[in-house]
This record gives sequence, structure tokens and C-alpha cells, in this order.
Amino acid sequence: MPTQTRRQMFEARQRRRANTIAAASTLAVFVAVIVLIPLTPGWENVQRSFFNGAVFAKTFPGLLNAFVMDVAIFLWCAPLIALLGLAVAIARDLRSPALYPLRLLAIAYTDIFRGLPVILVIYLIGFGIPGLGLPRPWNSPYIWGSLALILVYASYVAEVIRSGIESIHDSQRNAALSLGLSGSDTMRFVILPQAIRRVVPANMNLFVALQKDVALLSFIGPVEIFRQAGVYKSLMANFTPYVGAALIFLALTIPATRYADYLMNKQASARS
Amino acid sequence: MGDLVLENVQKAFGDNPVIRGIDLNVARGEMICLIGASGSGKSTLLRCMNLLEPIDDGRILLDGEDISEPGRDPQPVRQRIGMVFQSYNLFPHMTALENAMLAPRRNLGKSKTELREPLAQMFERFGLGDRMNHYPDQLSGGQQQRVAIIRALAMQPEIMLFDEITSALDPELVGEVLDVLRDLRAQGMTMVLATHEMGFARELADKVCFLDQGRILEEGPPEQIFDTPKEERTRAFLSRVL
Amino acid sequence: MRVLTTLAALLLATTASAETCATGKTLKEGVLTVATGNPAYFPWVIDDAPESGQGFEAAVAYALAAEMGFGADQVEWTRTSFDQAIQPGAKEFDINLQQYSITPEREEMVDFSDPYYTSAMAVLTTKSVVEAGASADVASLKSLVWGADANTTAVPMLTDLIAPEKAPLLYDDNADVTAAMQAGQIDAALFDLPTALYLSAVVLNDGALLGQFPADRSENPDQFGMLMEKGSALKECVNAALASLKDSGKLAEIEAEWMQATTGVPLIK
Repeated sequence: MPTQTRRQMFEARQRRRANTIAAASTLAVFVAVIVLIPLTPGWENVQRSFFNGAVFAKTFPGLLNAFVMDVAIFLWCAPLIALLGLAVAIARDLRSPALYPLRLLAIAYTDIFRGLPVILVIYLIGFGIPGLGLPRPWNSPYIWGSLALILVYASYVAEVIRSGIESIHDSQRNAALSLGLSGSDTMRFVILPQAIRRVVPANMNLFVALQKDVALLSFIGPVEIFRQAGVYKSLMANFTPYVGAALIFLALTIPATRYADYLMNKQASARS
Repeated sequence: MGDLVLENVQKAFGDNPVIRGIDLNVARGEMICLIGASGSGKSTLLRCMNLLEPIDDGRILLDGEDISEPGRDPQPVRQRIGMVFQSYNLFPHMTALENAMLAPRRNLGKSKTELREPLAQMFERFGLGDRMNHYPDQLSGGQQQRVAIIRALAMQPEIMLFDEITSALDPELVGEVLDVLRDLRAQGMTMVLATHEMGFARELADKVCFLDQGRILEEGPPEQIFDTPKEERTRAFLSRVL
Repeated sequence: MRVLTTLAALLLATTASAETCATGKTLKEGVLTVATGNPAYFPWVIDDAPESGQGFEAAVAYALAAEMGFGADQVEWTRTSFDQAIQPGAKEFDINLQQYSITPEREEMVDFSDPYYTSAMAVLTTKSVVEAGASADVASLKSLVWGADANTTAVPMLTDLIAPEKAPLLYDDNADVTAAMQAGQIDAALFDLPTALYLSAVVLNDGALLGQFPADRSENPDQFGMLMEKGSALKECVNAALASLKDSGKLAEIEAEWMQATTGVPLIK
């Protein structure tokens, strides 16, 4: 083993010290949480209402089953959101005066839908449009609720993609144009592939949020996991099913957000 | 074919005139070097010739045809005039070969198979035979710049514009890029270069133009400009850089 | 049983003046805190103003309070959602009347009084669905698209009484159920009869009551109890007072005053 320099010895000492402090304070917090909370006078009641083993066991399979609906809604919304978001991002970048109305529309769209609470859009579109008198199955809350999610999330995705487009240096556009490529080829082959790659982590965070917001569709009828948990809650006068639902969400969203963070860090270190 | 003529070209950015009436003839097979201090207008002039910057006044004629007419589609002209930039500007998401293939595929409708053989030969010729499938960030600056030249040449342009293409390179990499230019020169390619490589300009240029404050202050064969400059400002500039 | 409760009521009555059963067992001394919904609906509370004593549950609350020895001025009202009513920790009310159905599962978490009302369940729908051929028999009802308020026992009753072919859609409150019905997303919804009568007559544009499962059905009766904290000391006093209201005929009198006649709604076969 090579001998350490003075600097290395000093740093090793510092590290050991930092690790000891971190371990001690973590332990202290855990002890406080695990020991002290159950000592509180209301703990038994809270445990019975929120962490009730019997209720959990009884409702968890039903919750998992209902979660399939969440995943299904997510799966058919996500690709449409990506497509619409991309189309709007491109529309916002149109330079041709003849297409100005399209550009204006894209700007208005992103402003409006990013400015509204998701639940409000779901109510307005989910109850409002079918209320116009559409026949079945075209008045289904699944269709219009999904559309509401798609409209809201595509507006965010569009802005993220647009920020990606704007982050591509002008020299790339110039290089492509100098080769005699058309404006649309320049966008399609040079700008967009780089822009989209650059915003993958930001978009992943949006899609994690979408997975959670799918639960909002329950307000207009579909019985997905959040609603199913609410039904169990009502029947058993117990909040444990919500905890079960939270665990199911976390099992999916934590890995996804960690992965997005990992990509983001990787990208940040690649660029520096 | 391939005659480029500039008549009283003018260009301003806002209130700031950058090109103030330039006349220049680029005959077929000629190599012209633009020299001058930073901000003298060399880069802007090249960008105007490629129509990346629309000119405010004057005319640019390609084989007698006015390509600078406002409202004219620049795309066909750019396909005939290639350009290489100081900062390479390779497309980072494509391999070296894909970079070179993009324009001929899209503009000339050629297939990848059709393009592979002639492009492979060109990579070979410029010493990049084993780098075709590398991505730009896997290449050195000198290699990237050579790929950028191949990319421009892949459109088989009639004229090539080079905008200080060695300025961003480490000194030991400049030589390999200049070698490529020598090769092109030997092939009779029409070229216009903005450059700080005075030795190179002296060795190969047919004509050297000294730009100062958006005008061509002095032009002539390299010996004349470098050895017996008429203008005081030319002398001052050369004494600073030589 | 009957004799016992009567006896209890009599005992209570004799001691009412000085020391009542409820003494020391309420949230605030000398005050009975009663919770209702926000908003509270017709015909349970009229005009969302329980203090007036108008409406079935408001009237029951005051009668009950009197029976327990509280004057009208000793009754205080508060509002809770269902979730607030069942959340752990100290309750903000002594008793909570919001058409809460008594179920064994709920009784594990909270206490209920004896039932103060037994509800028929009714099928709320629209005239166009009726015109399209829906009728008051289970076979016909199975094929409809159903909705319900997710916070009510209508959800399991749907499965038990009708077992619809398509999975029902569930909503947060009456307003959303009727909105979905108006939008044609659901054909029918299951409510307690008084609520269904109100929604059909007042809220829906072309509401109709297709039929009812009678209140005295042997299986799955829907009985409303007053919700109290688990282990509430007040429960026996409430039940004793309720028993004497029933015996004296006072409860039936209140029901007759506030609940519409339900005889016009056909029974479901």
C-alpha cells in the first residue's frame, strides 16, 4: 500500500468524522420516529385507522386490481401526449407567415392548459363535452377524461420540447442550412433529435406526474385505484386503503423518478 | 461554371455596418484568402456568400445569375456552395459517416448504399478510414474538422467556403487540416478562405484580400500583399500577425 | 327487550331534571354538539339550516336532545365530511347525523346509535332511459350503466341487489352523479329513497324514479344510525332517548312530517 500524503490523511480523517456524524444523526432521527411516535396518546387510534393490518390485507388485492386501470389509462395517454406535445412544440416554432394562425393557436393552447388545474379540465371536458348530447360510446368518461389529461400534459411536454429546441445552438441550424437542407429537414433530422434527447429527463418527470394524475379521472366516474380506495374507506370507515394505494403508486413512481434523476445527472456531467 | 461575383455587397446588423460595399470576383478553380483583424467582416462576408445572411444591398452573382435577390429560395444555391465553420458544427447525434450522408440523401435523393463507397473513399483519402462510424465526441478537433469538410464535399459543391477552420484547433492539429486543403487545391476546387494562417495563404492562394472595417482595403497576389503592401493599415496588420 | 328499553327510558325520565345520563359525557358541558353535512341536503335538513329544526334529521336531533335533557338552546351544530367523521383522534361532535348507514365493518371503527331511519333504496334515472325500455325488474336493471356516490353503501348494494353487467361508475357526491346522468354517461343511480325523490324532482331535468327496493326488505336493509366516536360514553344515553322517541311515536311523527309519501314508487321485482 502506497504511503498517504499529508493531504490524503487529512481528508480521510475528515471523511471518517463526517460519516460518524451522519450515522449518529440518522440513528437519532430513526429512534425518535420509531420509539416516540407510538408513545403519543393518539397513536393507537391512528394505527387502527391508517395502518390496520386486517383492512390492508383485505383491500390490497382489490387495489392492485384497480391499479391496472390506472396503468391502462396511462399507457394510452402517454403516446398521444408525446405526439401532440411534439406537434405543438413544432407549431410554436413556425416562421412562415401563412402558418401564423397555427402558431398563435399553439401559444394560446399552451398558455391556457398550463394555467388550469388538471381537475378543472377533467370536469369541464369529462362532463361538459358528453353533455352536448353525444351518443354512447362517444360520451364515455374514459375518452373525455383521457383527452383532458392529454391536453393538459401535452401542453407541458410541448413547452419542455420547445425549451429543448431553443437550447440547440444556432450553429447547428446554420450547419444544416449551409448544406442546402430545407427548413423542415433541418428541424427533423438535426434539431429535433438533439432537442428531444436533451429533454428526456424533464419529460420523464412529467410522465411520472401523469401516472399520479390519472387518479383524478376518478372524479368523473372511472373506478381506478384512488376511487377503489375511497370506496373501501367508506365501507370500512378506515383510511388504510389509501395507504395501500400510496404504496402501490410509490412502487412505480420512485424507481421512475430516480431513473429520471440519474439521466439528468448523467447529462449534466456529460455537458460540463 | 462556378464563377462567383460580388458587386457592392453591403450588410449591417442593426445600426452597425459590417460589410460596406465589397466587390470581389471568384473565378473557377481560384483560391482566395481573406485576411484581416477580428471584426473586419471576413466571416460575415462568407456567410453572405452562402446566403446564411441576407445582404442589404448590392448583388451576388453565381454564373451570372443574381442569387441575392430578396425573396429568392436560398436552398438550391447552398447546395452548390459548401461551407465549413470554425467550430466544426458536426451533428453530435450522428456518426461521421451519417453526418456526411445526410445532405446528399435528403437533397439529391441518394441511398445509403449508393453513398457509402464514394464517401468511404473520401474518408480514406483524408486519413479517417477507421473513424467513419465514430461519433463526433469520440474524435479529436482535427478529425472533426476533416469530417466537416467531407460533409460539405459530399454535396459535390462547385465552390467551398472556409471560415477560419483552423482557429479552434490545438496547434499540433492544424497541419492535418491544412493538408486537406492542399489536397483540394490540387484537385482544382474553387475556394474562399477566411484565415489567420498567413504562411498557408502565401503558399497557395491565387489572391489575398485584406479586409478592414467591412471593406477590401487591398487585394492582389500573395507576394504583393505580404511583401509590398501599399496600405499603411495592411502593413500594420501584417506586422502584428507575422 | 322492549320492556327493558322502556324501563330505561322511564328511569332516565325520572332523573332528567337534575343529573341526566349525558352529564359529563358531552364534548362541552351542558351542550350537545351535533354534526351534519356541508352542505346538508333536502329533505334531511331544509335550506342547509339545521338550527331551524326544519328537515328530518334536524328535527330528530332536537327531539333527541330534548329527550336527553338538553334545551333547544343547548344544541350546537357543526359540519363534517365523511372523512372527518371517521378520522382518528378526538371528534368535533357528540353525534353526527348524515344518513350514515350502519354496517358491521364501520362499527369496528366508530360507534353507531340504534337506527333512526330505515331507508328504501330507489333507482334514480331519466325519462329517456325509461322511454328506451328500462323497467322495474332486476333483469332489466342489470343491463343499465350504473352510477353511485362512492361514499355510500349504495356501492355494495348495487352488487348485492342488482349485480349490473358493466362495472358501475362512482362519484364524489350527488351533484357529480346527476351531472354524469345528464351527460348520458350513466343510465341509473342507486340512492336512498328520500334523496332520490329530491334529486329526481329538483335537480335532474327529466328525472324519473324507476322503482324502489322496499325499506323492510329482509336482506341488506339500509339503516341510518347516528355516528359517534368509538367507545363513546354517550351511546347508551342516545339509544335510550331514541328508544323513548320511538315508543312515544314522536319519531314516526317527525318522519311523517318531513318524508314524502313513498307509495307512488313501484317495487322492484
